[in-house]
Amino acid sequence: MDILLAIAIMALGAVVLGAALGFASIKFKVEGDPLVEKIDAILPQTQCGQCGFPGCKPYAEAIAKGEVDINLCPPGGMEGVQRLADLLGREVKPLEAEEKPKQVARIDENTCIGCTLCIQACPVDAIVGAAKQMHTIIAQQCTGCELCLPPCPVECIHMEVIPETLENWKWKYPVVAIQPVAARPSAKEAA
Amino acid sequence: MLAKLFKFYGGVKPPSNKTLSNQQPIRPAPLPSRLVVPLHQHIGGTPRPLVQAGDPVLKGQKIGEADGWISAAVHAPTSGTVVEVAMHVRPHVSGLESLCVVIEPDGKDEWITHGPADRAAMSPADICQFLQEHGIVGLGGAGFPTHGKLKATPGVPMAELIINAAECEPYITCDDLLMRERADDVVRGIAVFRDMLQPTQVIIGVEDNKPEAIAAMQKAVEAQGEAFAVVPVPTLYPAGGAKQLIRVLTGKEVPGAMRSTADMGVQVFNVGTAYAAWRAIGHGEPLISRIVTLTGNVRGAGNVEALIGTPMDELLKLAEPNPDTDGIIMGGPMMGFLVPNEHAPIVKTSNCLIAHSERLFPPKAPEMPCIRCGACARACPHELQPFELYWHARAKDFGKTQQYHIFDCIECGCCAYVCPSRIPLVQYFRFAKSEIWAREKEKKAADEAKQRFEFKQFREEREKAEKAEKLAKAAAAQAAKKAAEAAAASEAPATEQPAEAAADPAEAAKKAAIAAAMARAKAQREAAQPKNTDELTPEQAREMAEIEARRQQAGIVPEPADAQPATTETKPE
Repeated sequence: MDILLAIAIMALGAVVLGAALGFASIKFKVEGDPLVEKIDAILPQTQCGQCGFPGCKPYAEAIAKGEVDINLCPPGGMEGVQRLADLLGREVKPLEAEEKPKQVARIDENTCIGCTLCIQACPVDAIVGAAKQMHTIIAQQCTGCELCLPPCPVECIHMEVIPETLENWKWKYPVVAIQPVAARPSAKEAA
Repeated sequence: MLAKLFKFYGGVKPPSNKTLSNQQPIRPAPLPSRLVVPLHQHIGGTPRPLVQAGDPVLKGQKIGEADGWISAAVHAPTSGTVVEVAMHVRPHVSGLESLCVVIEPDGKDEWITHGPADRAAMSPADICQFLQEHGIVGLGGAGFPTHGKLKATPGVPMAELIINAAECEPYITCDDLLMRERADDVVRGIAVFRDMLQPTQVIIGVEDNKPEAIAAMQKAVEAQGEAFAVVPVPTLYPAGGAKQLIRVLTGKEVPGAMRSTADMGVQVFNVGTAYAAWRAIGHGEPLISRIVTLTGNVRGAGNVEALIGTPMDELLKLAEPNPDTDGIIMGGPMMGFLVPNEHAPIVKTSNCLIAHSERLFPPKAPEMPCIRCGACARACPHELQPFELYWHARAKDFGKTQQYHIFDCIECGCCAYVCPSRIPLVQYFRFAKSEIWAREKEKKAADEAKQRFEFKQFREEREKAEKAEKLAKAAAAQAAKKAAEAAAASEAPATEQPAEAAADPAEAAKKAAIAAAMARAKAQREAAQPKNTDELTPEQAREMAEIEARRQQAGIVPEPADAQPATTETKPE
């Protein structure tokens, strides 16, 4: 008799908990893949396609599915790879392509013929202009993706490395200079 | 008088070395050979240049227009000619350049016409504007435009106006000398701030190592019949930090996240700022000079009133630096920095130049590992845990540094001062802070790029859909037109009937005119059209008539088909 009671209690418990879990799975269902969002947040959103995908989101989706490596994004740099590796628990791999400093595109206004091809190529609408009107780049919006370079028929667009100014200057990581034991360190380093 | 002073946590007592430079009165600095006036000397927007190369300028003439509310104008420090408006090195750790106006003085030092402001006729907003136009910014160090602080937070009564005259950094004595010699103007300036903010109490906090300045201030306050309290505060670095001084004088602790102390009913101004504000309001003089302490490895240490834009090396020569001087520190030894280029100009926030030598500042022994002794935590005036911050900043774990409140750090240098392992803690914190800021900026840019990219995709989709729809419509219109023409050709006689039915003569005339016009139009159209329906066999004609009749029964073609042009509403079968 006792054993039947125990089984009944367990069965009842199973039913109640099962119902609760079923309810929770409907009520708290997560729409979309949160992992894709997390990966997408790490990617630099240059939309440059250097990874072979048409934009950052498709690459994030491919990473989430485990189809591709995490080292295909040159604008994200080694740091991006590191952060993706931390997020996904994967191995850090060296970047496939070379890491470049941050750049911005510039249109040579004397050469531009106003063909609008670059405007169509720009993934973030950072080029202003109209047919047979000179085009120009909104530097603040330019992600430096270089997608406008190939379509230009007169090669009037070039990339410029963003120079260090007082606005974007950063404090450097403190480095301990290795000094010979006997020699006195120079005053500049000491200060 | 205040009944009680409070204490802030931590703090250090470095040797003050103030007697070096506070023995002589303030001297005016001679006109330098060239003045390099940076346009961006304060926090906020970079002023726009108003002059170009070759322009003659007068002393006090505005050469840079404030850009936005948190910004202040810049003025020519003396009369002369603008040599160029170009990039020149700024007194900044990076040694980078910014836009400067270079003026060659003509030696006449000729003022523009200027005079006192009519305060009685001015609203508080006018006074704010006046101060902005006269380039008044905080002279204590950060250089926040003063007019931006002269407004109480709505809903918070202004309890205390605090004048920061603590001057806690070693070596610096410019505020000390200013109060000793020009206390009257300082007190008048404080009165301006008092009138603007209407606080219940005005407290002037002076470190107790400046008895002459305290006495001079008390005398000036009494002479002017003001109710300001001149309060000596214990000498302990960094008592001159705004939050520390608030703590000492009022016992209030400002939360780290609070952007403005006005939200707590407290506002703090530097004593030099009060003086500069009075020079502007009482005399119409913009901020074109400031008192600079020249000290360190020099024979003739003292304070000079120097024009903004004076090259540092030229100014320091006035104090006769010793031959073994090998650099210039701008600011004090705790928070200042060795300027990378000694030709950099004096700016509004340059309070002190220290001639650097190895004798005076012996090179630090190499950094040793952290032994977790906790000395830094006991010294930190913000009760942070510098050793924890250090670990995380060193490991570039910026999320953790924010958890440990790195942005509460005021970079006072107490922790590095007491560190037995001589770790440059502040450098690590500065690195972490600027890295976090840069990342936030990057993140914002990335989000914006993502948004723009998504919008572009959306727009392209929409355009594609719109184009497809347009094409479909055009095709439909074409088909309908054809159908209408066919109908018109077969039913031409039917159109005459409605016109005949009109009874009223005027109406009839009108209708007749319309009918005539329509007939003309029809004739024209038929003349222009390919007449593939002209020569039909009777069977074909009958067939077409039948089809048209069916169509009309079905209501597809509008009744008088030839009276209207083909409409787009008609869809082909």
